[in-house]
Amino acid sequence: MADERTIRALEEKVAELRRLVEEEGVDLREELELLEARLQKLQREYYRSLSDWDRVRLARHPDRPRGLELVHRVCEAFYELRGDRQGGDDPALRGGLARFAGRPVGVLFHHRGSTSEEQRACRSGMALPCGYRKAVRIMRVAERLRLPLLTFIDTPGAYPGVRAEEENIAGAIAESIAVLLELSVPTVAVILGEGGSGGAIALAAADRVLMLENATYTVISPEGAAAILWKDAAAAPQAAQALALSAPRLKELGVADEVIPEPLGGAHVDPEGTAQAVREAVLRHLEELLQLPLDERLKLRYSRYRNAGNLGTKAKTK
Amino acid sequence: MPIRKDSKDRYVEVELRRGEEPLWMRCGACGELVFRRRLRENNYICPRCGAYFFLTAQERIAALVDPDTFQDLTLPLESDDPLKFSDRKPYADRLREARESTGLSDAVMVGKGKIGDHEVILAVMDFRFIGGSMGVVVGEQLAHAMDVAVEARVPFVLVVASGGARVQEGVLSLLQMAKTVAARGRLARAGVPYIAVLTYPSTGGVMASIASLADVTLAEQGALIGFAGPRVIQQTTGEKLPPGFQRARYALEHGLVDGVVPREGLREELMQVLDVLAGVPHGG
Repeated sequence: MADERTIRALEEKVAELRRLVEEEGVDLREELELLEARLQKLQREYYRSLSDWDRVRLARHPDRPRGLELVHRVCEAFYELRGDRQGGDDPALRGGLARFAGRPVGVLFHHRGSTSEEQRACRSGMALPCGYRKAVRIMRVAERLRLPLLTFIDTPGAYPGVRAEEENIAGAIAESIAVLLELSVPTVAVILGEGGSGGAIALAAADRVLMLENATYTVISPEGAAAILWKDAAAAPQAAQALALSAPRLKELGVADEVIPEPLGGAHVDPEGTAQAVREAVLRHLEELLQLPLDERLKLRYSRYRNAGNLGTKAKTK
Repeated sequence: MPIRKDSKDRYVEVELRRGEEPLWMRCGACGELVFRRRLRENNYICPRCGAYFFLTAQERIAALVDPDTFQDLTLPLESDDPLKFSDRKPYADRLREARESTGLSDAVMVGKGKIGDHEVILAVMDFRFIGGSMGVVVGEQLAHAMDVAVEARVPFVLVVASGGARVQEGVLSLLQMAKTVAARGRLARAGVPYIAVLTYPSTGGVMASIASLADVTLAEQGALIGFAGPRVIQQTTGEKLPPGFQRARYALEHGLVDGVVPREGLREELMQVLDVLAGVPHGG
């Protein structure tokens, strides 16, 4: 039976054997091959039958590639823009100008931080009002310069704090959605890890929404839903299932346009491979969007969101 | 609903009323038994202690609109439970119970009416219906209301009473934020005024979308206005919440609203705004 612990144990054994074979020349090649084959079989079994809760945990995996790292891998060059020009800057929501597949683009992304110090500064990717105001500023730069906009989403949600409330976090998110919906340039959003509620949709109301295979996109964290509706924090796995937050389910619901496959074991196993898959998918969608005349592109975007949830989940007539 | 007292704003949450309206109602704050007609005449404010009772959508409309001018334009839509969601109780059961106890199809009513002789399109949310939460149907009704306002070229008035997005419809609820904002974009481009009245509560996904984008934003005295709930803030950050946090006056002090109005003055206040805006949208 494939479970996480067996796989981890086997991975360690394989690594140890490989070290013995490669570094000390011990003749265990046959055993190594056997074990490797068994490990791959287990991994395939395990990662093919992931529950939604497993995916939540993979989306939050501490080694999962961070926003900044992914942008560096996906884009040929990135020049960061800082500050909302109204008194603040936020390391949890970053962005700027970039070269993507040989063309200039605007990019926005959540960043959760790599070192623990950076993670503290980024509040693990929970952005402040000044972050969303900076995002709006960068959207407007992109529009002025006629650059397509790419957004990369990985946040548990906007930061819930006293100052964030006083500085109108709700209004900053609303404004970000409003500006994103009206941009004249093509917009492609990729949910990399967690797509947590308002903090996520502020960057995700795009022409195309792509999700990494183990990314999640949800109105509330499974823990939050478990606490409110089940009155029991231990119900988080059930809540994850009920919320339909996984990439495959959201593709079925028409919320995500494409699920970008991850390497076996998750994005962190092969960040470069993951980045390549992201680059390929984004480029394909961007090229499709660039083929469309402006008014048709805007009409499609408007109708996508104006009718969100109406098709396939038809509200019925009394 | 727990009883919460804020002496500064003399606002109190009171027991939610369900089903048939009784002749007498007990104030959840001071315990006074009030004759229902007397309560209605007093804008559902406790005559003894000044506590505000929650208003149903129908009561709110009656309190704001010129007599006999309201025409119900709510679309005949019901949620069909798109995710087949079930927690400790199936969502379908929650919906059925909410429909039965409120007489509404979902948490909002839409219609046309006059306020001080000014024609408006109104959308009024109802907290009794699953916390006034916004799922696909509420999103659709709000967008529909704005579409009607664009076509009729008359101002749009939204009365918010919502805890946020409806958890039981998952991401589809989250997307209603984008739906309502998209509809508001059309409203704005058409130059149609949009006035929001924030009541208790105006929080979460509704506040982080349509409720934050009005041209004029009024808060009913004592309203709760914010994004994250006080409990979430305390749990995540451990911060101590300042007195009056996220209440109407606090929102005014932090520049989030244009004015705080006691319940009995709301109709008058809306009339003043609509008077100033007479003739807008142009050609309306």
